[in-house]
Amino acid sequence: MNGAELLIDRVSRTYPNGTRALEGISLAVEPGEIVAVIGGSGCGKSTLLRIITGLDRASAGRVTVGGAVIDRPIPEVGIIFQESRLLPWLSVGRNVGFGLDALPAAEREARVTAALRKVGLAEYGRRWPRELSGGQAQRVAIARALVMRPSVLLLDEPFSALDAFTRVDLQDHLLDLWAETRPTLLLVTHDIEEALVLADRVVVMRPFPGRVAAVMPVLLPRPRDRLSTEFEEAKRQVLAALGHSLTDPHPPRGLEEPTGALASF
Amino acid sequence: MAAALDTTGTQAIDRPARRAGRSSRWVGRFLVGLIVPVLLAIGWELVVALGWSNGRLLPPPSRIWQTLVELWQTGDLLSHIIVTTVRVFAGFALGVVAGTLLGALCGYSVVARRLLDPTLQGLRAIPSIAWVPLFILWLGIFEASKVALIAVGVFFPIYLGVVGAIMHIDRKVVEVGRVFRLSGFALTRRILLPAILPEYVIALRSGLGLGWMFVVAAEFMGASEGLGYLLVDGQQLGKPAQIVAAILVFAVLGKLTDTILVAASRPFLRWQDSFQTRP
Repeated sequence: MNGAELLIDRVSRTYPNGTRALEGISLAVEPGEIVAVIGGSGCGKSTLLRIITGLDRASAGRVTVGGAVIDRPIPEVGIIFQESRLLPWLSVGRNVGFGLDALPAAEREARVTAALRKVGLAEYGRRWPRELSGGQAQRVAIARALVMRPSVLLLDEPFSALDAFTRVDLQDHLLDLWAETRPTLLLVTHDIEEALVLADRVVVMRPFPGRVAAVMPVLLPRPRDRLSTEFEEAKRQVLAALGHSLTDPHPPRGLEEPTGALASF
Repeated sequence: MAAALDTTGTQAIDRPARRAGRSSRWVGRFLVGLIVPVLLAIGWELVVALGWSNGRLLPPPSRIWQTLVELWQTGDLLSHIIVTTVRVFAGFALGVVAGTLLGALCGYSVVARRLLDPTLQGLRAIPSIAWVPLFILWLGIFEASKVALIAVGVFFPIYLGVVGAIMHIDRKVVEVGRVFRLSGFALTRRILLPAILPEYVIALRSGLGLGWMFVVAAEFMGASEGLGYLLVDGQQLGKPAQIVAAILVFAVLGKLTDTILVAASRPFLRWQDSFQTRP
């Protein structure tokens, strides 16, 4: 399946305690486009992703995917979290097939096997998640999202918990996987280099409350060379935009998200 | 309940292969654990056989064994075992059902927890044996009061275990379920139950242990059969061999039922780190 258009239309989010996490975020992501959202902590990046996933509700404004308004999780939108969030009581294969239980067993197994092969873990279907390294677990999480064939894939700082070598490896791997079906990709990160390696556009956010400070097209040719002078120049520009977004911050007022596993169902 | 969980299955991708060589190590460890009790038993047997002690207050193993054999041959031992085991299982079943339901309710709903938990914690502070006179007044001196006492003893560890397990469920894991559009029964079956299972099994084990403890108390308060009756009878008639024999049977039954419980839950908990035998 190819990517769908993702429209974020004047989305605001105010928590019940009065904290304004997001204010008037608007962003149109083209089908198959890769957009990286970057910003310091407290700028509401993760809240934005939760709203697009349907895990959280916008206080005002709306999100549409392929024209359909998001008010709950839908199969067309997949998400990869900062932690792999594999279910420890299921084998790797069953984790990957977690969303496919409506399919006949043979078809499910075929898709799981194919997804694991794509992330280079074809032999790991029968392992337990605890037997995987951090990078392997995140690959399984990617397989679990891709096996659903999402038209929009969201990534919430997906590689930030990994070591530098694994991170670079997985960034390249993600681009290879993206090229196969070209889903729309929205990536939240605090790593400027990661944003510039992956994205067609970089959205810089500023905190308190979270707002879009700048939208910067990345015109570097692909595949991107992390060591080129043009890449260094682009990093410098994003850093400047980030710094500029921080020059006039409103004082922070407790940005904790609501906690408690059972609060919302 | 357990059969509905997602942790078993027959497909090739389902289950990691078992590791070999576990059973031989287990047997070795079991034999090492036997050394001390066996040496003590042989020593005491020798002391009595050599006439250094008459063994009247603590009979030697051979006399205890003889008592066990006699009780077994008359059929008395088996009927006492059956009576006591039925009481434990009846009380355990009641305690588990009540503890699981109330625990789930209070773990799931903040309102229920604020409403019920203080009362239940207050009741927990009462030593369970203190209920005995009231239960006898309410339920009579026969089975009902005994089963009720055992159920009360089993209830609290189950209740506490279930409430704690539900409150420890990782919000992040629940979110994974919600991303895959699970709610209600499906979320419970595929996420919540597997997540609480390890703590639930521990709660069941301590509840079962308390069940065996409370059956003795229940049978002390006037029983005409059961292993607790054997203890009282042995004391009143001055038969220490019978007391020790009954104690040994309690130990074997307690260990046996706990082992069965662990073995029954093991297939569902094989994913845990703690169940891995490291080489």
